[in-house]
Amino acid sequence: MPDLGKYAFTVLSAYGATIVLLAALIAVTWVQSRRAKSRLAEIEVSSETGSV
Amino acid sequence: MSLWEYANPARFMRLTERMLPVLGALAVLTVLMGVIWGFFFTPDDYKQGSTAKILYIHVPSATMAVSAWFMMLAGSLIWLVRRHHVSALAAKAAAPVGMVLTLIGLVTGAIWGQPMWGTWWAWDPRLTSFLILFLFYLGYIALWEAIEDPDTAADLTSVLCIVGSVFAVLSRYAVNFWNQGLHQGASLSLDEKENVSDVFWIPLVIAIVGFGLMFATLVLVRTRTEIRLRRASALMSRQRRA
Amino acid sequence: MKALLIRDLTLAFRAGGGFGLALAFFLLVAVIVPLGVGPLTEILGRIAPGILWVGALLACLLSLDRMFALDYEDGSLDLLATSPMPMEGVVGVKALAHWLVTGLPLTALSPLLGLMLNLPGPGYPWLILSLLLGTPALSIIGAFGAALVVGVKRGGLLLSLLVLPLYLPTLIFGAEVVRRGALGLPVQTPLLLLAAITAGSLGLLPYAAAAAIRICLR
Repeated sequence: MPDLGKYAFTVLSAYGATIVLLAALIAVTWVQSRRAKSRLAEIEVSSETGSV
Repeated sequence: MSLWEYANPARFMRLTERMLPVLGALAVLTVLMGVIWGFFFTPDDYKQGSTAKILYIHVPSATMAVSAWFMMLAGSLIWLVRRHHVSALAAKAAAPVGMVLTLIGLVTGAIWGQPMWGTWWAWDPRLTSFLILFLFYLGYIALWEAIEDPDTAADLTSVLCIVGSVFAVLSRYAVNFWNQGLHQGASLSLDEKENVSDVFWIPLVIAIVGFGLMFATLVLVRTRTEIRLRRASALMSRQRRA
Repeated sequence: MKALLIRDLTLAFRAGGGFGLALAFFLLVAVIVPLGVGPLTEILGRIAPGILWVGALLACLLSLDRMFALDYEDGSLDLLATSPMPMEGVVGVKALAHWLVTGLPLTALSPLLGLMLNLPGPGYPWLILSLLLGTPALSIIGAFGAALVVGVKRGGLLLSLLVLPLYLPTLIFGAEVVRRGALGLPVQTPLLLLAAITAGSLGLLPYAAAAAIRICLR
């Protein structure tokens, strides 16, 4: 850990805020991707059985 | 084979499926490398002390926030001219990523500004134009959400994106007009005198490349999500008709 | 074309048509701000250019959502689309009608409100000139925003979100003209830029707005 001196709180809070925001973005992207994948799989199965 | 082949959604899905793991790994690697180098192994700035370390997240996210808008503009133009669905969906997928990066730029800037300028916020041209960029992202996303028919939404948001770009540039010049900037000049300009020195420069460039790769990865994943959702709703309506 | 203009104007002047509303809103902004900021004349004089421009801008925003939405709902927009008049012309006439019932009266009322806000003497000609030059841009930009949300139910809030960022350059240059004029500084540069924005918007945005309406009617 480098010595951040008197600005330790400033630097760490900037990094913290960035990590939180990026993590939220990545999490939302991931969850949406998963949901879309399973939804499409479900519909594809039902449309195949339905059409035959 | 021309590049436009990849505008076919199925081909796009197959290509990106193979690309994504590599791209994602590269993105994680370069982001970590740039940020860790910047955070742990750079000296403090003689004037700004350790706050100079914020540079390695502030500048890359700000750079990508602007680039994201340009990517959306390109996607919108391609959609309007060539009617490739992937292009419109990529523009839609990029907007939330660009918005979050703008927000990161604003938040880290505010945290940085507090000890350096003695204030969280100043109506400085750069800060103000970033806030305006944030508003443009909000409007763009809200318009996508508001319109039900996907092709109409793609058309209208593309028109908004093009007109918005012109007005965003105008606003950028308009706020310059007040001429009372606190923000320091460019960190990466080609003009040697303005530039930051090499010890700061190399990790910064790595971090920018990393954020660029991260942006590309996120946009690809989100575009794939949009394509899947589009296909799912198309199948749904076909079922209902059958 | 003339018939459409007259029809729009009659509708606007009828009860609840929005003509009086924008003016009353403008007046309210000029009354509310001193109540919030306090009655010190030198502070009010300093911020008067900004308040007057922000007030004019918000008043313009008020009646935008009915510009195309009402015609869309009762089907007359479809009729207009099939009429020989190009959609660009329809947009232009609608924006003109909007300007005649909001921008022009707002400009006429503004010196009176400037007086209430203690705007310094040399600012008045610039206030009138900048509003006269700037409000047409507000109307045509607003027409573009209204065209985007034609198909959206209850799009009023969305419309504000879309249009306000587009209004910023006009606002900045317009208020800057009045501020400099009130302080006796040269106003040429912001005035020319304001005129350039208005000219550019009037020349190009009708096409964008017409394209948006055609997309919505598809």
